[in-house]
Amino acid sequence: MVHFTGEEKAAITDLWGKMNMEEAGGEALGRLLVFYPWTQRFFDSFGNLSSASAIMGNPKVKAHGKKVLTSFGEAMKNSDNLKGAFAKLSELHCDKLHGDPENFRLLGDVIVIVLATHSGREFTPDMQAAWQKLVSGVATALAHKYH
Amino acid sequence: MSLTRAERTIIVSMWSKISTQADLIGTETLERLFSCYPQAKTYFPHFDLHTGSAQLRAHGSRVVAAVGDAVKSIDNVTSALSKLSELHAYVLRVDPVNFKFLSHCLLVTLASHFPADFTADVHAAWDKFLSIVSGVLTEKYR
Repeated sequence: MVHFTGEEKAAITDLWGKMNMEEAGGEALGRLLVFYPWTQRFFDSFGNLSSASAIMGNPKVKAHGKKVLTSFGEAMKNSDNLKGAFAKLSELHCDKLHGDPENFRLLGDVIVIVLATHSGREFTPDMQAAWQKLVSGVATALAHKYH
Repeated sequence: MSLTRAERTIIVSMWSKISTQADLIGTETLERLFSCYPQAKTYFPHFDLHTGSAQLRAHGSRVVAAVGDAVKSIDNVTSALSKLSELHAYVLRVDPVNFKFLSHCLLVTLASHFPADFTADVHAAWDKFLSIVSGVLTEKYR
């Protein structure tokens, strides 16, 4: 189980609050699909993913990226019980979406890098460490109900 | 996995920016590594890993210098890092997962220092390049 200190929770929530969910989330998901093309296998219904510019401009990618990043902030409201918070989503990702949990970790790391790009020097090692904890906790929580 | 000509250009160009702050970038990369992935510290029981430590600075410089060597021989990274590859295989025996962690922390450091330059293309090229470097360093493991 992940445990966040008071400072970590505050730092995460503070940075998350400054981000544009669609811009940052969409960019992170877009980069995942571009850099690691095998991840596109889960997004057949998203339409045109035929090129980097198609992916980065794809409205469904942006919308889904927004949904993903928004859920991270929501997760902080239940940071002591991420597994509980993500239980339903975990079942969905296993039973309906058939997503390989390895991809959750990949996406988590891309999100961290995009956050660094958007916040520059504010993204200190301590800030990164807090976010790595979160993305890792979310990835584990999302994989928890897999069977 | 190999680099396209466009990727090589991007990598070399970004390196010229990095090299002006090489030591700082190297040190920060290691700070991030040890903060986010404490298991990496197990390879440095003999080091003072506190922020500002001379050993951290020296080792950070060394790591970034090696990356620089790989950039300068971008057409033959295997040859450029051959000695380091042997060192990691037979002496240091760092578990391969740690190269992923270190590469990730270097990318974050670059993104944080050069946000305007760290576009998707630059991110992609460097991600691929560091993956190749990591591959060379673990090539002789077994």
